[in-house]
Amino acid sequence: MATRHQKTLARLMVAPSVLLLLGWMIVPLAMTLWFSFQSYNLLSPGMEQFIGWTNYKYFLSDPAFWTAMQNTLLLVGGVLVITVGGGILLALLLDQPMFGQGVVRILVIAPFFIMPTVSALVWKNMFMNPVNGLFAWLAKAVGAQPIDFLAQYPLLSIILIVAWQWLPFATLILLTALQSLDSEQMEAAEMDGAGTWAKFTHLILPHLSRAITVVILIETIFLLSVFAEILVTTNGGPGYQSTNLTYLVYSQALLQFDVGGASAGGIIAVILANIVAIFLMRMIGKTLE
Amino acid sequence: MARKVTNSRRWTFTILAWGVALLIFFPILWTILTSFKSEADAIASPPKFLFFDWTTENYAEVQSRSPYFRHFMNSVIISVGSTLLGLLIAIPAAWSMAFQPAKRTKDLLMWMLSTKMMPAAGVLIPMYLLFRSWGLLDTRLGITVVLMLINLPIITWMLYTYFREIPSEILEAARMDGASLMKEILHVLTPMAVPGIASTLLLNVILAWNEAFWTLNLTTSRAAPLTTFIASYSSPEGLFYAKLSAASTMAIAPILILGWFSQKQLVRGLTFGAVK
Repeated sequence: MATRHQKTLARLMVAPSVLLLLGWMIVPLAMTLWFSFQSYNLLSPGMEQFIGWTNYKYFLSDPAFWTAMQNTLLLVGGVLVITVGGGILLALLLDQPMFGQGVVRILVIAPFFIMPTVSALVWKNMFMNPVNGLFAWLAKAVGAQPIDFLAQYPLLSIILIVAWQWLPFATLILLTALQSLDSEQMEAAEMDGAGTWAKFTHLILPHLSRAITVVILIETIFLLSVFAEILVTTNGGPGYQSTNLTYLVYSQALLQFDVGGASAGGIIAVILANIVAIFLMRMIGKTLE
Repeated sequence: MARKVTNSRRWTFTILAWGVALLIFFPILWTILTSFKSEADAIASPPKFLFFDWTTENYAEVQSRSPYFRHFMNSVIISVGSTLLGLLIAIPAAWSMAFQPAKRTKDLLMWMLSTKMMPAAGVLIPMYLLFRSWGLLDTRLGITVVLMLINLPIITWMLYTYFREIPSEILEAARMDGASLMKEILHVLTPMAVPGIASTLLLNVILAWNEAFWTLNLTTSRAAPLTTFIASYSSPEGLFYAKLSAASTMAIAPILILGWFSQKQLVRGLTFGAVK
């Protein structure tokens, strides 16, 4: 039994990490909230003044904001669809008997360890470049017109780059979950004459549901703040075609020096993330019981 | 499991899986190959896959054009430093949550996880301004502390899931023998927890090494880790594919190797123990 002394000690041991995280949450967030009601530009210091909801009105009526919202959702949704769908297929494939399974796993997981700036620049220059990229060469080899991916389909290109980075993660987690599937159950199903599709929908998919939930949760956390991939490939353009909310706040604050407006955007991003988080936490709370 | 697998089936899957795996791995392979080409060979059309004049001049060039090694060391110091600092704070917390759970421990853990969901955009501006007024912009200390705070929830969660698997009877037995709390932690818990702590360390070094929001926004040159350094190649000067590849290869090689060692722990760590 824990004594009173031990209980106090236990609290003291948790305290530093809780206080640090609390500070990390509250102090900057409170400042962002404060700035969001100020007219505050880094180019004219000392001119700050309270302007009420103006920044929010300005931000919400800016078409760039709605484009960024849409892009954020498309980016998160697109990458999730590709990685979860592709991840299930890949995990099923890697779970089959084969030679050199260990090496295959190592090759498949590799993109996850590549830093975002590297993978974005490699894709941008060595693959998607309309003159010197490999895709351009492939297109010319079959007699087609090379596509300037990042100019013509900026958001789609970024979705593909980010999906390449996250597909290994989804695959690895789903594969791990798949390997814990009871083989006796599978055999019993086979004996009962269950076809491949029936086995997949009635046995495999339910077994994977928890892992899929986890993949969606973790990926969403990271995908909501995709930044480096946009910064080094398109800078959010052309126009605002590949700007997400994170990038919009960044450019408003650090490129246009409009701290007030950017802060309003930041607060909106926080509110959105919270809405998503509430859903996700419910989902994960249920599966993690 | 004694299911009979026919040889032809096995070969079909082998070919299919290797094909897909090589396709996924190809961009990395291509980067490594390109790093050994001359700039002219790097953009040759049709592309040269293996038959070109292998050279290591790009590696020398990257180092002479910019202090590559300093950025590399920055990455090492920042990622290892932030992880060690995080472990120092998280180990006592995880210990106490695993062995002296209070009524609210579970809520507390969920709350910690939820701090990860705060979008960086919501706190970027004050952090930037605070760092500017404290003189922490572009310092290793500043970025190390930020990365520690970012990864603290993951470190705590991971340690918690590892610690929870240590049978508490052993700790109680030690307590019965009159071991003090310090002794209990040092001599009983730590040896059993070392594997868990080691994999937590590994995974978080990887995450910190690749972190590319705060490093890009809070460092520019002196304290810039490899993420920021590589980003400087986004505005190219002349032919640069081979040099970009050489810089990239050096930036990803150490973490790729570490990552391959840690793939088992990766699943567990990143899913907060939900998938093992």
